[in-house]
Amino acid sequence: MEDFHGLIGLRRAFRAGKTRGIEWRMCQLRALLKLVSENEARFFEALEQDLGKHPVEAYRDEIGVLKKSADHALLNIKKWMAPKKGHLPLLLFPSRAEVLPEPLGTVLIFGSWNFPISLTLDPLVGAISAGNTVVVKPSELAPACSSLICQTIPLYLDREAIRVVEGGSDVADKLLQQQWDKIFFTGSPRVGRIIMTAAAKHLTPVTLELGGKCPVILDSFSESDLKVVVKRIVGGKWGPCAGQACIGIDYLLVQKKLASHLIESLKACIKKFYGDDVKSLQSICRIVNKNHFDRVCSLLEEPSVGASVIYGGSLDRENLMIEPTVLLDPPVDAPIMTDEIFGPLLPIITLDKIEDSIDFINARPKPLAIYAFTHNNKLKDQILQETSSGSVTFNDTMIQFICDSLPFGGVGQSGFGRYHGKYSFDTFSHEKAVLHRSFYLELEPRYPPWNDFKLEFIRLAYNFEYVGLLLLLLGLRRRYTSSRSH
Amino acid sequence: MAVCVETAAAELRDVYSSGKTRTCEWRVSQLKAMLKIAIHHEKEIIEALNSDLGKHEHEAFLHEIAAVRSACRMALKQLHRWMKPEKVKTSMTTFPSSAEIVSEPYGVVLVISTWNYPILLSLEPVIAAISAGNAVVLKPSEVAAATSSTMSKLLGQYMDVSAVKVVEGGIQETSALLEQKWDKIFYTGNSKVGRVVLTAAAKHLTPVILELGGKCPAIVDSDINLTVAVRRIISGKWGCNSGQTCVSPDYIITTKDYASQLVDALSSELERFYGKDPVNSKDMSKIINSRHFERLSKLLDEDKVSGKIVIGGQWDKANLKIAPTVILDAPEDSLIMNEEIFGPLLPIITVNNIKDGINLITSKEKPLAAYIFTNDKKLKEEFVQRVSAGGIGVNEVTLHLAEDTLPFGGVGESGMGSYHGKFSFDAFSHKKPVLYRGFNGEISARYPPYSPRKLKFLKAVLSGDIIGIIRALLGW
Repeated sequence: MEDFHGLIGLRRAFRAGKTRGIEWRMCQLRALLKLVSENEARFFEALEQDLGKHPVEAYRDEIGVLKKSADHALLNIKKWMAPKKGHLPLLLFPSRAEVLPEPLGTVLIFGSWNFPISLTLDPLVGAISAGNTVVVKPSELAPACSSLICQTIPLYLDREAIRVVEGGSDVADKLLQQQWDKIFFTGSPRVGRIIMTAAAKHLTPVTLELGGKCPVILDSFSESDLKVVVKRIVGGKWGPCAGQACIGIDYLLVQKKLASHLIESLKACIKKFYGDDVKSLQSICRIVNKNHFDRVCSLLEEPSVGASVIYGGSLDRENLMIEPTVLLDPPVDAPIMTDEIFGPLLPIITLDKIEDSIDFINARPKPLAIYAFTHNNKLKDQILQETSSGSVTFNDTMIQFICDSLPFGGVGQSGFGRYHGKYSFDTFSHEKAVLHRSFYLELEPRYPPWNDFKLEFIRLAYNFEYVGLLLLLLGLRRRYTSSRSH
Repeated sequence: MAVCVETAAAELRDVYSSGKTRTCEWRVSQLKAMLKIAIHHEKEIIEALNSDLGKHEHEAFLHEIAAVRSACRMALKQLHRWMKPEKVKTSMTTFPSSAEIVSEPYGVVLVISTWNYPILLSLEPVIAAISAGNAVVLKPSEVAAATSSTMSKLLGQYMDVSAVKVVEGGIQETSALLEQKWDKIFYTGNSKVGRVVLTAAAKHLTPVILELGGKCPAIVDSDINLTVAVRRIISGKWGCNSGQTCVSPDYIITTKDYASQLVDALSSELERFYGKDPVNSKDMSKIINSRHFERLSKLLDEDKVSGKIVIGGQWDKANLKIAPTVILDAPEDSLIMNEEIFGPLLPIITVNNIKDGINLITSKEKPLAAYIFTNDKKLKEEFVQRVSAGGIGVNEVTLHLAEDTLPFGGVGESGMGSYHGKFSFDAFSHKKPVLYRGFNGEISARYPPYSPRKLKFLKAVLSGDIIGIIRALLGW
């Protein structure tokens, strides 16, 4: 297969050391920025075609994120590449220790279709910064973006070191049979398992960016705060790709007595943001394809679930549009509450006390994100200490994604490994431990034949008892005898 | 001891859910208990190690007991600092906000250990798991049987058995353990079983740390203090459990001209260390069992190798001892140059130019450690830059392991993930990012309905362009 000739070339380029220099890395990052700037309109167009994504949303969630990442990497790469000094105990004097980041080699990145630009090219920023050669496989479910990436990358980036391979699961399978030095995957837990199993054959480390049911915990609020809260929820749920987002809000937990007021505010905000006619919704993405459209619709099919719809629910199969839909207390054992929704439906689950949300969340697999709106510090602590998730964001949604200083990644069912900012660099680097020694100052007790003096020496050395060591060397300290027991 | 694996795992999950292991007090109490084991039962542990491996008291103390103690002490001393959330800066993009990274335990973790350093390589990961607040199952290696049962007894006696359990056994028990869902698996051993562990972990999406081995090379240049170099090599090879050590030098690369000098130095220092009859030296460990003894003698028996022995070659099958053995110019295609040796045999490969050594190393799988002895600054630099390995020692072997500020772990065939010092705590912690926001600083450009003006504003915000933001706000 033609593509795998490319792979041999990538390995050769890596071995030749081409990608290791800081010049190459910076030059590629600049080229990527240029690619994005010069083709911005085409990216907007492709995103509109694949997902009906509005340019503002496309810029906020994809182009802008990518540019910010590349800029951040360019600004910091020198610092990231510098070896970190380690401190050494006196005992090892004279010596010097450092941790030297080195590229892993030839790496494979699987993008996903919901943010087909940023979730494909943002990991690439990490792989380039760390000095790897790369194969990028964009998702075939966003074909316009996939083909745009495939067309533009070779025009701007080093073809000997960075390649794009397009295709579906058959191509993915073939790629997985090859040996990689790292695989970075964004997608579902089901495919994540396949990736990890394939990687095990070659002992390849993987980063799995998966999803999960990300909850919002909503405590009580003043009227003015609630306005902001509702905007952040409505913007966070339906804004990014119509809820087809791994860190998107999946469901909302609120106290029973606050539900009705919340629902009224939600409805008003949804209307204001997106409109209320499924045929003329604005500023919201469509569902990616018919399969997913049917999957999301099927979540509503069960009569008891259908009966819990309190807002929206209109469908336009022809245009793959689903109206922002709110459900109140659907059965918790229905698929809508057991599967990741990944679409524009928002179930609200009411609780007697907001503290019950902890148990509710803990009864389910660990989500990629937890969002909690509260002023209550005790509740904040409780959420931090007693739940586990990829990340926690207080009083906002989604925004942790663009914070370069925070690692982004899951735990448990939501994946493992992390990226963004320096973490992207680390994800594609091996931290090599280096110890430098000279030939002076030999410590005789390191060497056999063993005797009691040497044992006592080691004993003191391990406790860093330098005075004791001195006494021992001067013959002033009683030696340890092996018959003594503590 | 027949512990039902499933029940044990379920019990640990309940205990973990109760939050008991997350508290600092619990972690401290368990670390102290572990330290007590390493202090009060030194003699018992040394005896077990002696019976499994014929390990000399000195080696047992230095490589296992002392190392466990210092891991405990370090964790006890640093725990508060490690547990503290790490504050991080936030950018203008998310203004106003604050952020931190919280270390939380993974949950219920599995440590599968090995036989060559059966105390250290079992207890150090357990110490790490405890420091990070996990409930843990330790599965010691059945191959070091005496040590396994000693550990099971002592941990049962000292540790909180509701949260720290030992499951003894062989392949069957290991397979049963791997069927369960764990929140992290820490495996030390070989790459064949490493693959099995990783595949089993994939079913449950469990992150894995694999501490494997590989053929660790050592380049010996000619401009050096040869005696010191040779002594360090000997202590890292034969002085470390008779070469049954994942970071021991596996083979040496030197120049054709220098080889005979090197062999002479090895020969005389070996005699100084282990005497004229090294097979009977008490200062060197025995081979773990007859299966491994057979494996090693097969490496020596190969026709193209047996004629090239320049030092040693004697063995004592009854006592499972093999003399320090050096092979000069073992052919590239011999077994001994294609398998991890993991024993007291040391092939020397000769090259015309010492720089060819680097090419030779990079043409093979990435080892756990790579060593170079040289005073040539440029060669040193080239070696450090070009050779990919878990760790690198310049003018030293194996000692990087003792350094707490260096992460210890492999890359490629030598494994993934690292530990030691703070890295141990991190290996068993999920680093949870937490972002705190207030209710001020709303940016309406985040929200629909979208407009060209919002796009302009967002562009300015995401690129951190303050003037752009003001212009967009003013509608210019």
